[in-house]
Amino acid sequence: MTSSPLQKSPLYTRHVQVGAKMTEFHGWIMPLQYDSIMDECKATRKSVGLFDISHMGKAEVIGKNALKLLQSLAVNDLSKISEGQAQYTALVNDKGGIIDDLVVYRISNFRFFLCLNAANVETDISWIAEFALQYPDVEVRNVTRHHGLLAVQGPNAEAIMKSLVSHKVAHMEFFDFMITRIGEMNVILSRTGYTGEDGFEIYCDWRDTDVLWDAIMAKGKQWGIKPCGLGARDLLRLEMGYLLHGVDMDASSSPYETGLGWIVKLEKEGGLMAQEVLASKKAAGSAKCIMGFEMVERGGLPRHGFSILADGRIIGEVTSGGASPNLGKTIGLGRVLADYARPGTAIQIDIRGKAAEATVVRRPFIPARTKKSKPKQATSESGASAKEE
Amino acid sequence: MDFPKDLKYSKEHEWVRLGDDGVAVIGITAFAQDELGDIVFVETPKVGQNLKAGQTFGVAESVKTVSDLYSPVSGEVVEVNTNLLDSPELVNESPFGDGWMIKIKMDDPAELGSLLSSQDYQKLTQKG
Repeated sequence: MTSSPLQKSPLYTRHVQVGAKMTEFHGWIMPLQYDSIMDECKATRKSVGLFDISHMGKAEVIGKNALKLLQSLAVNDLSKISEGQAQYTALVNDKGGIIDDLVVYRISNFRFFLCLNAANVETDISWIAEFALQYPDVEVRNVTRHHGLLAVQGPNAEAIMKSLVSHKVAHMEFFDFMITRIGEMNVILSRTGYTGEDGFEIYCDWRDTDVLWDAIMAKGKQWGIKPCGLGARDLLRLEMGYLLHGVDMDASSSPYETGLGWIVKLEKEGGLMAQEVLASKKAAGSAKCIMGFEMVERGGLPRHGFSILADGRIIGEVTSGGASPNLGKTIGLGRVLADYARPGTAIQIDIRGKAAEATVVRRPFIPARTKKSKPKQATSESGASAKEE
Repeated sequence: MDFPKDLKYSKEHEWVRLGDDGVAVIGITAFAQDELGDIVFVETPKVGQNLKAGQTFGVAESVKTVSDLYSPVSGEVVEVNTNLLDSPELVNESPFGDGWMIKIKMDDPAELGSLLSSQDYQKLTQKG
């Protein structure tokens, strides 16, 4: 662990002034909650929530060979998206393990913008930069602190963005983005999110973040917009069964063991560096996989690392858990032996020495309501449930 | 922040309200629930269990953390708040009212003398 001072969002002072509870998150100090996590979750599903997620890593890959480089490193196929579209993908190491999952924005044929997990920014960028050496024209830049990032999520998000930007916003599909203006501010407006609701993520100049926050709060007032912290963000993603890198998956697990096999395009244009190792993993099948479960018996929260039991033995472990405010149930994600991942399977969670009854259930726990989405699988913090081609 | 004057407090952030019948109602303070954040589960002891002052009687689990609950007084548990099973959020909404946790028939009501007054407890919370 480093002892460097915590990084602050451009809205830090504002959050503290309104009495937000702050929390440490991978080197950043960010709002955990403003009021009640439960109320913030409910407001996002019912109407609209506003999230400061400026801590997310941001990078640019620029140059004639930028596409070629990213095609070889990221598992999804960037040739399938055009300018103005983003794609959920993952970087994998030479063993096929997930270094990070991310969203790549195709700004132009020579310019790509990346949204990364805060925990992995340095690892991701040095990994990409290492391979960029083969292409003298390609530049890889960490622009995390150049851009503030706000997420407006919920059924009323579109109405707010229509009035702030233009009616054209309504034609954007899930994972479309546009480079536009809000007032005097240059922004990237992206129809993405990590909540399973329709919504937008807006990248602005770091120094404009407070003006943008105020503009959205003011416009959202008539819909009862609620500022939401990372606590609500984590529960909302859990309700969708979306994965979080570093919690539900890490560099030791391949996309196939994580339910992300659908983003791997082994036979794509330009070729994937990890093609061989991933092909053999795919062929071998996975002994373990990620599943969703709900508690049948009360007994506290299933937390990361707790054992999952069945037939009197340990069959896996909890990766995430929480009390779902929208379902009124305690739910979780776990990595278990594949035989036990079928919905309906009876399992127990070892909660501080007590085996509490639970059942494997289908993900998502709540149906996604993203714009024209065809959700296929769960995803992650930097991803949201990505768009199918 | 609320620090009702008619209650006694422990350093572990529990409050006690003694009734005329020698039965003490126990819960956690407004300060404690605010520190914990959204409470999602409260584990309470069985009725009939005997507790010593300072002994753990259960846990309060919030999104953030799990905290042990300590009995501020000695005696027999005569009732537990079963509403908390379905609605643990009562502890957040009404820590001194509907969010009470257990009732104890005190062995020795004089024990209350060793607990903090509202004023002293408030000072304790301000030390950070």
